[in-house]
Amino acid sequence: MIDIIISHSPILIVICPLMMSLIVVLIPNNYLSWLITLVTTFITFLISILLYQEVQNHSLISYALGNWAPPLGIEYVIDHVSIIPLIIISGIGFLATVFAYKIMPSEIDKNSISKTYSLWLLAIAGLIGLVTTGDAFNLFVFLEISSLASVALVAMGAKKDRQALVAAYNYLIIGAVGATLYVIGVGLLYAITGTLNMADLTERLADIKNNRALTAGFGFMVVGIMVKAAIFPLHIWLPRAYAYAPSAVSILLAATATKASLYILARILFSIFLPSYDLINYTLTYIILPLSIVAMFAGTIMAIYEKDIKRLLAHSSVAQIGYITLAFSIGTKASIASGFIHMANHALIKGGLFMAITSMGYYLQKRITIHSLSGLGKTMPITFFCFVVCSLSLAGLPLTAGFISKLYLIKASISSEGLWLAFLILFSSALSLIYLWKMIEALWLNPSHNQAIKVKESPVIYTSLLLITFLNIYFGLDASLIVNSSYNASNLLLGISK
Amino acid sequence: MNWIKGNEMISSAMGIWNYWIVFILMMIGLFIVIGRKNFLKKIVGLAIFQTSVFLLYITFGKITGGTAPILTGSASSIYSNPLPHVLILTAIVVGVATTALGLALVVRINSTYGSIEEDDISAQDLVDYHDQNQIFEKINTKLNK
Amino acid sequence: MYKNPILRICTKILFAPIILFGLYVQFHGDFGPGGGFQAGVIVASAFILYSIVFGLKEGKKLLPEKINLFLLALGALIYAGVGITSIILGETFLSYNSLGTNAQSGQHIGILLVEFGVGLTVSNVMISLFNSFAGYELDKG
Repeated sequence: MIDIIISHSPILIVICPLMMSLIVVLIPNNYLSWLITLVTTFITFLISILLYQEVQNHSLISYALGNWAPPLGIEYVIDHVSIIPLIIISGIGFLATVFAYKIMPSEIDKNSISKTYSLWLLAIAGLIGLVTTGDAFNLFVFLEISSLASVALVAMGAKKDRQALVAAYNYLIIGAVGATLYVIGVGLLYAITGTLNMADLTERLADIKNNRALTAGFGFMVVGIMVKAAIFPLHIWLPRAYAYAPSAVSILLAATATKASLYILARILFSIFLPSYDLINYTLTYIILPLSIVAMFAGTIMAIYEKDIKRLLAHSSVAQIGYITLAFSIGTKASIASGFIHMANHALIKGGLFMAITSMGYYLQKRITIHSLSGLGKTMPITFFCFVVCSLSLAGLPLTAGFISKLYLIKASISSEGLWLAFLILFSSALSLIYLWKMIEALWLNPSHNQAIKVKESPVIYTSLLLITFLNIYFGLDASLIVNSSYNASNLLLGISK
Repeated sequence: MNWIKGNEMISSAMGIWNYWIVFILMMIGLFIVIGRKNFLKKIVGLAIFQTSVFLLYITFGKITGGTAPILTGSASSIYSNPLPHVLILTAIVVGVATTALGLALVVRINSTYGSIEEDDISAQDLVDYHDQNQIFEKINTKLNK
Repeated sequence: MYKNPILRICTKILFAPIILFGLYVQFHGDFGPGGGFQAGVIVASAFILYSIVFGLKEGKKLLPEKINLFLLALGALIYAGVGITSIILGETFLSYNSLGTNAQSGQHIGILLVEFGVGLTVSNVMISLFNSFAGYELDKG
């Protein structure tokens, strides 16, 4: 029985949430639909742990759908690179589902809760399929599945604040344009090489040099994925979508959705187009590197001036995505590894911050801004402790997970580009302390005007929150798991040629 | 010899006339998405943009002298490539889902805001934002007294 | 809703041939243009025509919402079920070779079942979309 599960696990990990989402939509009972979602995400997480062990032994698992051998058929590939976002997505999906038990009914209409859980499972299935597939067009299909499910999830927040509808609409239009640009790129590549399989594309593209369709296809694919990954000028949809979504949905999306698209960007840049070395070099140095630096500063500065807490955290997400793309654009083995390390750590940090803010907002029952946070630190000490630990992790202080990722990033940038890049990274981290201090000051030092609230901190909410905070501290003290996986990933991506 | 080169350019441009149509449609669609402020028109522009991509794929699939890719028994026929057609079926359904979701959002926006023009909606949101700021100022001044 | 007797009688006469044509398109998908998506939309158009001419309430009596939702999920579950069946029979996901006695009949059965599931889901999705858009003002009151 276990052998069947292991040998079919690349497809089971996608089909299990997909089928369960179809079953959950038929169940009218809210508690039962939450329970089925919880069990499904737990099983998905277990399968992803099994796959991690398998990848450590075999280093590439390839599963051909329908018994059609790879260049002709669709294959699902799990190797060292794709196992990192896979574990992030399934783990955060499980933790967010545990957290959503109390939070969902307070923000969403009672009759729509099972439909929301069905969309939740569909979004998780889409994201997992995105990182598992090895076929370029299948990737577009899963990209659109996860994107449309996320749009519908964001629009569910309309009961609390009607701006969620406009935010969801913007996300839909901009996301659809991005995915269509990606499809144009795939079409151009298919016209040159005649194949859609990613490994086969790498081989056939090695023989083609100086082809204008190759450059055009590359450009379209990269710009399309930049829209989905919220890289600087094309990130407009992100702040409002994450701010007005229901809180449980913000936790899920902020920690997972952009990470999957950043993984695809790494695949396109380093795996598929690896032979076209000067094209990649040009793009990385002149386009992605400056945009990442601007993203780091623009995200941080926009966050300093924001009063709405969730929008503030969303802007700081843009800055952190800037760090990850900066790591990719430096282009050496160490820097790509540090990009993956930051991908994993940022999921933990942002998940923790959004969870802490959500549990504070749950007791406040209205829109969370800097003013409404006054004095909550004294009435909710456990949440405040978790919030402080996650904020210190975001700023990159030692003993936390954020420090490890900043350390590797700065080491990689000093060894290849020079001190000026490291200085910019440190400066923007210091700037991020400004908005973190604003929030901590409002929580602890301001007088509380919510004296009448008797807060009974519920254990269901605190399980996920304390677990994520513990993981933040644990990966700050013993980061060998994440660091080794990321080095394996970057070795595989860059292969022998670097 | 400028007119000879001009003739060559025109004939090679006319030889790829279907690609010209694809890109003109693509730019029209993209302009409508970016340049029009009515939410419904943006969805129409997105649909035109996606249709141009379908045309691009089907143009790639056609082989000169090829017939429809259905086995008829005669051995030496040249068939057009059937794979782009399959890809486009999938992409059409994705486009239908996107359009349906967009239209559902527009219906909800219309019933909550009362209009589907981007200017009206931004103005209403700005009024909400200022109202909220005023409430916060009042709370702050009450606390600091 | 239209009270014109010509429209009502013509709709009632046309309803069955439209569904028949939809089934023709569905099952000839591997020999000619057709298949699940197209057939699903054609079958849905029959139900939508009925709802337009006779009113939304009559349309909902013809196909109740709960059955609509159930068939919608059932179609996609048939598709996934074919895949799981081939896993249980020992092959990889969605390999149709093992579903029949030899590879050719297995492929035939597999494609038929999968397209049937797709057609079922697509037609119910289209009907459900029409019901939600047309019934929006009525639901809000």
